[in-house]
Amino acid sequence: MSLRRPILVALAVLPLAGCDLVLLSPSGDVAQQQSNILIFATLLMLLVIVPVMALTVLFAFRYRASNREARYEPDWDHSTQIELVVWAVPLLIIIVLGAVTYVGTHHLDPYRPLGRVDSDTPISDDVEPLEVQAVSLDWKWLFILPQYDVAVVNELALPVDRPVTFSLTSEKVMNTFSVPTMAGMIYTMAGMETTLHGVLNAEGTFEGRSAHYSGAGFSQMRFDVIGTDDAGFEEWIAGLRDGGERLDRDTYLELAEPSVANPVSGYGGVEENLFDLVVNMCVEPGRMCMSEMMAIDAEGGLGLEGLVATLPETSDRRVGAVFGPAPQYVAAICTEEEAMEAIAKREALPVRDRFATLSGKALPHGGQLTPVALPMTDASGQESEL
Amino acid sequence: MEMSEPISVHPIFGRLTWQAIPYDPIVQMTFLVVVLGGLGVVYMIYRYKLWGYLWNEWFTTVDHKKIGIMYMVLGIIMLLRGFADAIMMRLQQVMAFNGSDGYLNAHHYDQVFTAHGVIMIFFVAMPIITGLMNYVIPLQIGTRDVAFPFLNNFSFWMTAGGAVIVMASLFLGEFAQTGWLAFPPLSGLDASPYVGVDYYIWALQVAGVGTTLSGINLICTILKMRAPGMTMMKMPIFTWTSLCTNVLIVASFPVLTAVLVLLSLDRYVGTNFFTTDMGGNAMMYVNLIWIWGHPEVYILILPLFGVFSEVTSTFSGKRLFGYTSMVYATVVITVLAYVVWLHHFFTMGNGASVNAFFGITTMIISIPTGAKIFNWLFTMYHGRIRFELPMMWTIAFMLTFTVGGMTGVLLAVPPADFLLHNSLFLVAHFHNVIIGGVLFGSFAAINYWWPKAFGFKLDHFWGAVSFWFWVVGFWAAFMPLYILGLMGVTRRMRVFDDPSLQIWFGIAALGAVLIACGIGAMLVQFAVSIWRREELADTTGDPWNGRTLEWATSSPPPDYNFAFTPVVHATDAWADMKARGYERPEDGFRPIHMPSNTSAGVVLAGLSVVLAMALIWYVWWLAALAFVGLIGYAIYHTFDYHRDYHIPADEVARVETDRTRRLSGVAS
Repeated sequence: MSLRRPILVALAVLPLAGCDLVLLSPSGDVAQQQSNILIFATLLMLLVIVPVMALTVLFAFRYRASNREARYEPDWDHSTQIELVVWAVPLLIIIVLGAVTYVGTHHLDPYRPLGRVDSDTPISDDVEPLEVQAVSLDWKWLFILPQYDVAVVNELALPVDRPVTFSLTSEKVMNTFSVPTMAGMIYTMAGMETTLHGVLNAEGTFEGRSAHYSGAGFSQMRFDVIGTDDAGFEEWIAGLRDGGERLDRDTYLELAEPSVANPVSGYGGVEENLFDLVVNMCVEPGRMCMSEMMAIDAEGGLGLEGLVATLPETSDRRVGAVFGPAPQYVAAICTEEEAMEAIAKREALPVRDRFATLSGKALPHGGQLTPVALPMTDASGQESEL
Repeated sequence: MEMSEPISVHPIFGRLTWQAIPYDPIVQMTFLVVVLGGLGVVYMIYRYKLWGYLWNEWFTTVDHKKIGIMYMVLGIIMLLRGFADAIMMRLQQVMAFNGSDGYLNAHHYDQVFTAHGVIMIFFVAMPIITGLMNYVIPLQIGTRDVAFPFLNNFSFWMTAGGAVIVMASLFLGEFAQTGWLAFPPLSGLDASPYVGVDYYIWALQVAGVGTTLSGINLICTILKMRAPGMTMMKMPIFTWTSLCTNVLIVASFPVLTAVLVLLSLDRYVGTNFFTTDMGGNAMMYVNLIWIWGHPEVYILILPLFGVFSEVTSTFSGKRLFGYTSMVYATVVITVLAYVVWLHHFFTMGNGASVNAFFGITTMIISIPTGAKIFNWLFTMYHGRIRFELPMMWTIAFMLTFTVGGMTGVLLAVPPADFLLHNSLFLVAHFHNVIIGGVLFGSFAAINYWWPKAFGFKLDHFWGAVSFWFWVVGFWAAFMPLYILGLMGVTRRMRVFDDPSLQIWFGIAALGAVLIACGIGAMLVQFAVSIWRREELADTTGDPWNGRTLEWATSSPPPDYNFAFTPVVHATDAWADMKARGYERPEDGFRPIHMPSNTSAGVVLAGLSVVLAMALIWYVWWLAALAFVGLIGYAIYHTFDYHRDYHIPADEVARVETDRTRRLSGVAS
């Protein structure tokens, strides 16, 4: 396929000379292989599409009512041979395409580590893949490079021909990390981690963006992907190290506030495990990480007592449903003593007055929640069990 | 509306405040035009004293033919709204280059593309296909009405009620800014706290009741009310494809209802089905909504496949090639429609085996679809094709739809989809199949059955003008989107950086203008045809030399459709009757048992709209009142014992004699 490809691309692109069909001539090996499958599938289907379109025009012309020369058989409505052909031809094409699909889907599975750098170069053992942790925020991209202890917003430099392993998640809503020229796209979702393997084979500046609508600032949620040689990459890293402040939990939470068309900004250091904290939704101190929660649940869970370990939401980013409880979060529990202490100091559970809910206290926007304090039921038994 | 300050819930007005009136001058102008236009219509109705006529003859009718026509009118009116959204998007996208922000801010633009999708699917395509099925099925199977005539009227008004709710969002509050499927967490309370998503939920829930009930109604009609002799394998092909569509509706719309109930529970009572924490999982919503959403596209296209079969066969003057394989192809598509939903999100992080399975099932659907295309081709083969408007639309469909089908299979190949997903290529693809399939098919159907419904043909000249504008406009509007998609351009973008893209958006905008001319020409076609109805009149009831039973009765058919229930001996029943020298009975008429009109449908749907609006705006007292009223009125309606009447034999004889006179007038 690799020999035919340039000719095919040329054929496909010829009428569109002058516009950059990035999907048909990408600069990354994964996208290149995806593109090859796209072109192969197109040509395969044209085998049946072109004759069908030609026959449509031909039959429409040949059997027009005014053409009394043409044969007319009003009662002819069946032919086993024709039926066989019209079912068999699409079937054969789909068998071929299905086989290509099966192999291609597994071969180009975004979770599968790369087997080669490009069509001529296998992966060598001494090259360590570049790790990039990507977080989609409202409405910008944060990239953390743990191997270099730097982070950057809305820009990403990648050394040419070095495999890249992306770990991706989202702070809030769903987005899609998409660098068309490199390796297609994959969703980012809060509380979950997805993976994408890719490699860039050419120097240059390419477009990357969110490809899944995510709210008001979506259109400007783009970033430059800079393909560069190793020296240029080191220089880029050095620039980030020198220029930027450190990305810790607090700066991350500030960054996570919604903003549109964020300028590129770098961070010269990153708090350890920040990405894991984002994935587990516990960047804010005092919140239980999902991993912790899952570990507890795997041990059988806390049962009903687990319900006690929630605290009223402090950030104004959560909105209470009009008939629902006030927003809460699951508190982190570290040691038994700390947990007991926290529960002892805890304010009353924000049980909301139902009349207040109906008449005006349930606000679609945070801020004005004034939970009515009711006497707490005796939790001493639960305390001791915790 | 900016969500800068909190909005409190007032005991009487809920969260309805003056802020709910949009400040946007574009919306205000639209509102003004709608109000003035509405007042004009009301004045004309008053002036010509049409209230009684409209209420008694149309709004409260249980006649499937009139309900079918009302569905079509609803679909065409909403097409104008949905198209207005489309042209606004085209204008925004062609303007917003080189640092320009265009003329729509994000809040407005994001509502426009959401509303466009919702309206075009739920309130244009669905009413049009439901209207067609309503009108044609009872006539094709030789019966007098649908199985549950009152339910039919109620279904229509619920669909119209959903449309009213969507339209209300334009002038009161906002519509959702989420895309047409409203994926959480974006559609959750944290990201969308105001009324937009609630409008979305309740509009679809109200309309969904209508769609589901109409599906049940039509399945019962087809299964239980066919004329004697019409076995399943002698049913007209349109009836077959409609049966499959309604099976899909009944099996898939409850999933939509359920998933929207879960979303509204998240939004109203604070459950965590689709939230990001507390155990919620948004991926579940994506799966569930596509388990409805994918069958939905086959719901839309199947009836039109039936239309193309009827039209090709009629205008080729030939039996349909491969009737049996056509039926099996339809059934296979119906079944497979349920096992392909995941191809809408190959890029969500599923394993390769899952993606490969759903990719291949999707490709398999193209086999029966391809067989259908070939069967239409071989229906034309050795035929004698008359290029009337319905046939022109069919040829345009065959040339357009094949391209859309091909790009659809491309998107079904997961590695290719990793490149093409959510790009303008995808947008071009689904417009290619929905416009090229559903809309072209609807226009073929309108031109084909209009003489049956109104007794005169549609004007050919203006129909051809509309045809050419539409077809050329479609290609001009969507081919650039394929190219832009291959250039890596994402859908739903409001502003662009790369100036080299602008030319393509320019061409697409030009295409949209051509389509606007096509829509205009279609409206002119209707007007001109009504004006010249005497010249275009069809007195035979069978203007196209049709093959199925609807052409056996007069145009328009009498209230009771058939004075005597026809007896069927062959697949193309009417062609068979004509070939055997059928003589129309001219005496021996008997009284005909018919269902009575009722206002219950209008009242119940009206109360549903009030209930929905109250829930959207948190006006709890009104919601409670409307709910009690709804249940109360439904119970009250069950005590209505005046549900049927008989058309006396004399009246039937008078109508039939009248027709005999008209028929002989043509003969002489």
